[in-house]
Amino acid sequence: MNFEFSDEQQQLRDTARRYLADHSPSVAVRAVLEGEQPYDTALWKGLGEMGFLGAAIPEEFGGLGLGYLELCVIAEELGRSLAPVPMSSSIYLAAELIKAAGSGPQKTAWLPKLASGEAIGCLATSEGPGRVSEKSIQARVTGDRLSGAKVPVLDGMAADFAIVAARDGDRSLSLFIVDLNGPGVARQAVGTIDPARGQASIAFDNAPAERLGAAGEGFSLLTEALDRAAVLTAFEQVGGSDKALEMARDYALQRIAFGRPIGSFQAIKHMLADMYVAATLARSNAYYGAWALSTGAAELGVAAATARVSATKAFQLCGKNNIQVHGGMGFTWAFDCHLFYRRANLLALTLGGQSEWEDKLVERLRRRNAA
Amino acid sequence: MNFDDTPQEAAFRAEARAWIDANAPHELLADLENAGFGGLNLSGVDPMQAMKAWQKKKFDAGWACLHWPKDYGGRGATPIERVIWGQEEGAYGKLSGTFIIGHGMCGPTLMAWATEEQKRQYLPPMAAGEDIWCQLFSEPAGGSDLAGLRTRAVKDGDDWVINGQKIWTSGAQHCQYGILITRTDPTVPKHKGLTMFFLDMKSPGVEIRPIKQVNGQSGFNEVYFTDVRIPDAQRLGAVGQGWTVSLTTLMNERLTIGSGMPTGFEEMFDFCCRMDTGEGPAVDDKAVRSKLADWACRASGLKYTGMRAISALSRGETPGPENSIGKLVAGATMQDIATFALDLMGQYGAVSDPEMAAAQSRFQAMLLRSPATRVEGGTDEILRNIIAERVLGLPADIRVDKDVPFEKIPTA
Ligand SMILES: Cc1cc2nc3c(=O)[nH]c(=O)nc-3n(C[C@H](O)[C@H](O)[C@H](O)COP(=O)(O)OP(=O)(O)OC[C@H]3O[C@@H](n4cnc5c(N)ncnc54)[C@H](O)[C@@H]3O)c2cc1C
Repeated sequence: MNFEFSDEQQQLRDTARRYLADHSPSVAVRAVLEGEQPYDTALWKGLGEMGFLGAAIPEEFGGLGLGYLELCVIAEELGRSLAPVPMSSSIYLAAELIKAAGSGPQKTAWLPKLASGEAIGCLATSEGPGRVSEKSIQARVTGDRLSGAKVPVLDGMAADFAIVAARDGDRSLSLFIVDLNGPGVARQAVGTIDPARGQASIAFDNAPAERLGAAGEGFSLLTEALDRAAVLTAFEQVGGSDKALEMARDYALQRIAFGRPIGSFQAIKHMLADMYVAATLARSNAYYGAWALSTGAAELGVAAATARVSATKAFQLCGKNNIQVHGGMGFTWAFDCHLFYRRANLLALTLGGQSEWEDKLVERLRRRNAA
Repeated sequence: MNFDDTPQEAAFRAEARAWIDANAPHELLADLENAGFGGLNLSGVDPMQAMKAWQKKKFDAGWACLHWPKDYGGRGATPIERVIWGQEEGAYGKLSGTFIIGHGMCGPTLMAWATEEQKRQYLPPMAAGEDIWCQLFSEPAGGSDLAGLRTRAVKDGDDWVINGQKIWTSGAQHCQYGILITRTDPTVPKHKGLTMFFLDMKSPGVEIRPIKQVNGQSGFNEVYFTDVRIPDAQRLGAVGQGWTVSLTTLMNERLTIGSGMPTGFEEMFDFCCRMDTGEGPAVDDKAVRSKLADWACRASGLKYTGMRAISALSRGETPGPENSIGKLVAGATMQDIATFALDLMGQYGAVSDPEMAAAQSRFQAMLLRSPATRVEGGTDEILRNIIAERVLGLPADIRVDKDVPFEKIPTA
C-alpha cells in the first residue's frame, strides 16, 4: 500500500506551483475579475505549452499521456492560485467527455486542440434555477439542429464549442457538440458571484449539432463525466482551502489587537484549527477520489461524491473564515480574501450544488451496502 | 497511489489470516461484532478472561505487539504489517481494549527510558497480557494542565516516598503496574520539578477507588498514595526530567487513540436504511441525507487521513501533532450521530433497556460514552490548541504560571 503521490508527481506539483506563482498572481486573477476578457489568454497558452492541459490526454491525441494523478496535482495548484482559465470546462469536462464517448473523427478533431489550448470546450446543461435533471432539460435537437437556451454556461464566452445536453428528437437525452462560433448561436456574458471565471447565457436557434456518444445515453455520460470532474475539482477546492487557511494564519500572526497578535486569541486559534481539520479531511477524501479515478475502481461513484462534498465544505469554510479573521480588511475589494470566497462558492455550484452531491453520495453508499 | 499489497505484504496477510482462522475465539465473533461503545458484553464469558486468553495466544505465536522488537515480546513488524494485522484481526481486535494503555503508552515509554534489563523483564509479560499497566498522570488539580500535578515524591535512602492522589486512572483496578508522574521539586517552575516512575500497583499504601461514570460503568478510578515506597531504580529518566518523559507517553497516546477511532457512521447509515419514519426509510428524508453525507465524509476523511499517516510512517517520517485530528473529529461525530439517531426514534429514543431498545441500544450507549471521548487524552479544546500552535504555528496561550516556582502559584 502507498497512499501518497509519487516523487515525480511531487516534482510536477513544485513545477506547477512555481509556474502559477509567476503567471497567475492575484493581479492576473483581478485583471479577469475586473476586465472584459472572459479568461487569461496568456496564462492559458502557457498552460498548454507546459503540457498541463494535456496531462491526461493520450499522446496519440497530442497530450502527455500521463494520467489522472498528474492532472489532480495540477488541479490542486490551479485551485491554490485561483487561475482564471477555463480548465475545468475544457479539460475536466469537454476533453474527458470526448475521450469517453467521442467517435474516432471527433477525438482527432478536438483532443489535440484541447491539449494545446488552441480550442476551448465547455459543458452546457443548466436552463434555469433548480437542479439539472433528465426532466429539467428542454433544449431539443431535431434533425441535426439544436434549439433552446442554456444559462449559466461556465466559460461559455471563452469556449469555441459546447457540449450541450438536449432532448434527442422524441427520445431521452443525448449530448451534442455545437460550434459556438457557427450559425444559430447567440451568447452573452452574465454577471456572476465570481467574474474571474466568466459565464454566458447561450441561445441556440437551429444551430448545427453533432451527436456525442450514443443516442439516449446523454444522462449517464453526463453523470460519469461529472464524477470525474468532481474529483479534479475537489483538488482545486483543496488547493484553495489550503491557501485561504495560510492567508488567515499569516494575518493572525501579524495583526495586533489588545496588545497581542490576534492569533493568540483562542477564538481565532480554534477557528483556524477547525479550518485545518476540514481541509485535512477534504484532502484525504480527494486522495481517495484520485485513487478511484486513476485505477478505474468500481468505487468511483462513492469516492467522487465523498471527495466533492468534503472539498466543497472545506473550501466554503476556509473562504468565509478567512474573511472573518481579516476583520474589516477582509471585506475590502483590495484584499484578496474575496477572491477565495467567490471561488469557493462558485465551485460549490458548478457541477451541481452540495445538496445534490449529498444525495448522490447517500444513494451510492446505499447501493454499495446493499450489494 | 494504490492499496495493493506488495508480494511481501500479501504473504504476511495470508499468514496472519491463516493463523487467525485457526486460532481466534470464533464463538465470540457475533458478540464482538455488535460490541463497541462502552463495555464489552460477551454472553456467558468473562470479558477480562477472554481478552487475556486471546492476548496470550497471540503472544505465544508471535502475533502480539507486532511493532515492538522481538526481544521485548513483539515481532519487529513494519507499520504496514501492523495495519494489515489490524484489518485481518477485525472484530477480535476489540479484545485488546484493556491492554491499549500498556501497549500503546506505557510500553513505548519504558522502551524509551527504562534500562535494558528492565525492558527485558517488564515488556514481554505486558505484551502477553499477563501484566496490565495503567497511566497515573491526571490529578484533581492537573488534567489539561498536567504539569500542575501535586503528588509528591521525596527521596529517602534508595527509595522515593510517594504521597498524593491521582484520578481518572483507567483500569487501575485490574493493573499490576503503572507509570506515575510526580513532583519532586516544588521550588522550581512547574514543568521543571517533575519526575517519572513505574510502580507495582500492589505496593503498600496504594488505594484504588473506582469512580462511577456517566454511563454507569467504572472504567476509571481514584488512586491514593500514602507513604508508598518506590525504589530509585524504577525511576524513568533523570530527576526533574519527568515532563520530557511524559511527552513520550502523550505522543504515543495521540497515536494509539487517534488512529482508527470509531465514529458510529456505519452503524448510523445501516440504521437509517432500516428505520421507517412512517414515510419510508429515514435515509429517504432530505434532512437525514444531508447529515449522513456529512458524517460519511468525516468517517472517510479520517480513514484516508490514517492511510496517509501510515504511508508517511513507512517512508520513515515521524508522526506529528497533525494526528490530533482523529479523536477531535471522531468524538464530536459520534456524539452528533447518537443524538440524531435517538431523535429519529422519537419518544422511544429514550429507551436504553437492552431488552427493548432499538438497534441493540447501541446509540444510547454511544450517547452516554461519547462525552468521554471528547475529554480523555486531551480535550477537544486542548487538541485545537495543539493544532493551532504546533501545526499552524500560532502563538501559545499566555501562561501566567510559567516562570513562577510551583509553590508560589496561587491555588483555588
Ligand atoms: C474516560 C476517561 C478515561 C481517562 N483515563 C485516564 C487515564 O487512564 N490516566 C490519566 O492520567 N488520565 C485519564 N483521564 C483523564 C483525562 O486525561 C483528563 O480528564 C483530561 O486531560 C482533562 O482534564 P480535566 O478532567 O482535569 O479537565 P480540565 O483540564 O479541568 O478541563 C475542563 C475544561 O476546561 C477546558 N480547558 C482547560 N485548559 C484549557 C486551555 N488551556 N484552553 C482551553 N480550554 C481549556 C477543557 O477543554 C475542558 O473543557 C481519563 C479521562 C476520561 C474521561
